[in-house]
Amino acid sequence: MQAVTENKTFTPKIVAFCCNWCSYAGADLAGTSRLSYPANVKIIRVPCSCRVNPLFILRAFQRGADGVILCGCHPGDCHYSTGNYYARRRMTLLFSMLDYLGIERERTRVEWVSAAEGNKFAATMNDFVQTITALGENVKLGDLRCKQ
Amino acid sequence: MQKIGVFVCWCGSNIAATVDVKAVAEAVKSEPGVVFATDYQYMCSEGGQARIRDAIKEYGLTGIVVCSCSPRMHEATFRKTAESAGLNPYMVEIANVREQCSWIHRDMPEATEKAIILAKAAIAKLHLNAPLKAGESPVVKRALVIGGGIAGLQTAIDIADAGYEVDIVEKTPTIGGKMAQLDKTFPTLDCAACILTPKMVEAAQHEKIHLYTYSEVESVKGFVGNFTVNIRKKARFVDETKCTGCGVCMTKCPSKKAKSEFNLGLSNRTAIYIPFAQAIPNVPVIDPESCIKMKTDKCGICSMNCAAGAIDYKQEDQIITQQYGAIVAATGFNPISLDKYDEFAYNQSPDVITSLELERLMNAAGPTKGVLLRPSDNEHPKTIVFVQCVGSRDTTDCGKPYCSKICCMYTAKHAMMIREKYPDTDVHVFYIDVRTPGKNFDEFYRRAVEQYGVDYIKGMVGKVVPHDGKLLVQGSDLISNEQVKIDADLVVLAAAIEPDKSARPLATMLTASMDTNDFFTEAHPKLRPVESPTAGVFLSGVCQGPKDIPETVSQAGAAAAKVIGLLAKDRLVSNPCVANSNELLCNGCSTCEKVCPFGAIEYIDKEVNDHGKREVRRIALVNEAVCQGCGACTVACPSGAMDLKGFSNRQIMAEVDAICKL
Amino acid sequence: MQAIAEKIKAKALELLENGTVNRVLGWEDGEMPYDRTPAVFTKDELAELKYDHFCGANLSKYLIAETKKDGKVLALLKPCDTYSFNQLIKEHRINRDNVYVLGIPCRGKVDVRKLRARGIEGILSIEDDGTTITVHTLYGDETCPREEALLERCLCCKGKEHKAFDEVIADDKPYVEPGHDRFEMVDKLQAMSSEERFAFWQGELSKCIRCNACRNVCPACSCLSCVFDNANSGVSSKANVDPFEEQMFHIVRAYHVAGRCTDCGECSRVCPQGIPLHLLNRKFIKDVDTFYGEYQPGEDTDSRGPLTNFTKGDVEPSIVYGGDK
Repeated sequence: MQAVTENKTFTPKIVAFCCNWCSYAGADLAGTSRLSYPANVKIIRVPCSCRVNPLFILRAFQRGADGVILCGCHPGDCHYSTGNYYARRRMTLLFSMLDYLGIERERTRVEWVSAAEGNKFAATMNDFVQTITALGENVKLGDLRCKQ
Repeated sequence: MQKIGVFVCWCGSNIAATVDVKAVAEAVKSEPGVVFATDYQYMCSEGGQARIRDAIKEYGLTGIVVCSCSPRMHEATFRKTAESAGLNPYMVEIANVREQCSWIHRDMPEATEKAIILAKAAIAKLHLNAPLKAGESPVVKRALVIGGGIAGLQTAIDIADAGYEVDIVEKTPTIGGKMAQLDKTFPTLDCAACILTPKMVEAAQHEKIHLYTYSEVESVKGFVGNFTVNIRKKARFVDETKCTGCGVCMTKCPSKKAKSEFNLGLSNRTAIYIPFAQAIPNVPVIDPESCIKMKTDKCGICSMNCAAGAIDYKQEDQIITQQYGAIVAATGFNPISLDKYDEFAYNQSPDVITSLELERLMNAAGPTKGVLLRPSDNEHPKTIVFVQCVGSRDTTDCGKPYCSKICCMYTAKHAMMIREKYPDTDVHVFYIDVRTPGKNFDEFYRRAVEQYGVDYIKGMVGKVVPHDGKLLVQGSDLISNEQVKIDADLVVLAAAIEPDKSARPLATMLTASMDTNDFFTEAHPKLRPVESPTAGVFLSGVCQGPKDIPETVSQAGAAAAKVIGLLAKDRLVSNPCVANSNELLCNGCSTCEKVCPFGAIEYIDKEVNDHGKREVRRIALVNEAVCQGCGACTVACPSGAMDLKGFSNRQIMAEVDAICKL
Repeated sequence: MQAIAEKIKAKALELLENGTVNRVLGWEDGEMPYDRTPAVFTKDELAELKYDHFCGANLSKYLIAETKKDGKVLALLKPCDTYSFNQLIKEHRINRDNVYVLGIPCRGKVDVRKLRARGIEGILSIEDDGTTITVHTLYGDETCPREEALLERCLCCKGKEHKAFDEVIADDKPYVEPGHDRFEMVDKLQAMSSEERFAFWQGELSKCIRCNACRNVCPACSCLSCVFDNANSGVSSKANVDPFEEQMFHIVRAYHVAGRCTDCGECSRVCPQGIPLHLLNRKFIKDVDTFYGEYQPGEDTDSRGPLTNFTKGDVEPSIVYGGDK
């Protein structure tokens, strides 16, 4: 099993949490504009970036995600007015802690993508996939039982 | 176990050209709970919807997954479809295989594989869905407007004209607000009183409007459609029902040394007074601080002279409780205190005044009867210096970082009017920028410069030094790059404006958010500028941000329109995807409450039965009519007691698991 | 120390006798001569109350349960314990009406583990002259520089001021604490490479036996029901099955107390495996201080914690993973 994955080029698993009002719509716009980004990015729709619990991110890594990205409205533009401000603090501290534990700091990311930024959404995803592909498989945080 | 039906849409060729829709339908059939899967050209068409309805009935489906376009497009459509077939509309999940799959990928096997994973994630989530029911709450058809300035009056009149009851709460003894203190208004130079007083009368006489002057909001409970507000009606010591407004009490009052608030301390008033001649209601107020009777119990002249017997020294504050469907904040502004600006000598010289004080000095009903005399010696000032941006656009701790917006225009107005009335007067204006973006504004400013010869100097004043009955103004001219010294008779400071101090405690009562400058925050800066993020709370006038009279009036009307839209409904239907707290897990720690932008969370003491152990605990309670479902509280909660319906922890983690599964 | 203990007992007796309180929350002898265990005393049991260099345990958390009972309890709180007390008041976990806080002086508590690491066994009691610790043992007296015997948290003492109290017993000769930089080790770790850090934490966290002692002692970890015990939380687990789970447990635990942890150090003190858990908490504390301005939980009872607050100009998470592109 191990040998097979080594022969193939590594395709990371990416989980993207997108807030319903800005970033999910931005992803839709990327689609409407036919701007491609790799198929290994899978989007989970949440009402607001502040809905994303650090537990979800850890869970994704545990279950074999190689990169997790959170996208929300730009600060100041939150549909609920303040949600992304809290998300920003939560993620800053979480990412810093993961880095402190020796987890590759590039595996997590936050980007603010508005509903009008289809371009930015696609570019962000392309860039993130590239970064994670270069970084390789997430071995440090994965739960071995969840791997094949 | 759910019985799930999966419906894969071709969207013509939009999906089907890149995603093998039949393979998707086939692949999901082996997922647990899936009892039916099919594909169709256009699921959103009548034919497609009919297939969904038929399948729901035929297979007794408990939930459906539609693999189609974005949920932002047709989630509502498919929810209605489900509902029409007897399925709870929240038992529908959408897998977005168009915008986020077929349209961005070219390789069919790759796109198909992704579509299958997206479908599986939606199925995994759907397994954990529960039927949700939208809540309903009644709407009290009455609005409260807090603040009786031009903003509040306009909002109240517009709401009342639509046929709804409106109460205005005004903390001073009269309605009218700041506009009543102004002399002329830019850029038309019509007199403020001439256009304001008819509005005041209109509001006072409107059969749907009730005024609570000299009153303040004491507490607010409830939520959109059904607020309960306590209003403190402060003791006037004059019975409004008896007073005829004859004014004899004021002429007889022996205590005449109190500073007139209305004239900003530039004149005195009696202890029993009305703020100005056109005040509404025309009922005096006794100021207990200066009333001889109240202080020493020796006087009572007003009472002896009141034929109506309206004076009541023993009157007490009254609390009035009233229900409202909507609340409008129209709390207005004040010029900032200039205590921190020693360089302008405002506190040292009576001849350094603010622009609002100048309004009083130029007003025919003001302390000088409209003759411009300087306060120190009642002489005509021959040289006047205006200083703009005093405390505005100031990033030091002394001032405000924002532009107060109205100062450029009123300064041009003042300068122009002085030059018009007293052509022998020299008028200099120090400015950083002149900002005139408004209808006929720049023309107005140019008239001041070109026609009236007002001397505009680009630069800031460094210092104002009182000496020999004059004011030495030292500034810099940035264009000629020279130091400027002017011996002035009068210096007028365009003090920054700031929200009224009552706005902050009011915002706390309303759980409405504010920015760092204490302006109310709007629900959306572009698209919902007259609504607070707190449902049922609306914003009118400068309490939301600096604005001039025409802008204030338009915003006041817009706020009224929003209120009318709300009051026109009999019942409010709320989004059922709201937070709810598991009372057995809740610590009652108040963390969630702090991050809720809507004030939807309260705490109650409740007896819970924790596995046979009965005890009274402090627990969080979400008001479903107020919660907007953002989920901020769910993450703030340390114990995981708080969860969000429709986007629960388990649902989101089920999606994560499905996506991460190989 | 003896004198202080007597003063405390006398004050406790006075408050019991005049009816201010009906019981006392303090420390009693544990299994070993150097163990002190939190305990509640009635007037008759007051003789058993101990206060000495071994009384490191932070009693604040016990007040959650104690203040639910009838009558007022007297709580003996050292200066650093009052931070946890305030934090629990802020979170409405302690009923302030049912507790009388006696602020008691603290001259630093010893870390028995450090003494034993020096080969000192059979510990019976301690004497401390402000510079040197004399340890009376079954085998005679041993000495040790004070700085090498104190608990980590005492080396970085927050100060001798009580942040909450109804009454304070003042120290007639307070010791000056060493004043170590509490972020020294955090800085050291941060200076390491990512691989070295991973190895460090892997080494430390793999020792975890999931005994939950850290969770049980932590005044901030006081949820009625922990997410790790809640099947719906997605992280519930009773034991570590693989290396990830102890990471998950400790990341989530540290995260849940971030902005609320007063840095009382109880987690590290009680860890039977000697895992430096306080280094996780201090990382969050340092980050909060650096990113959002200094914040000491428990300093007051009404300020907003860093995770329930924000400013519009807060740093972006990219500060962690690299600048904006």
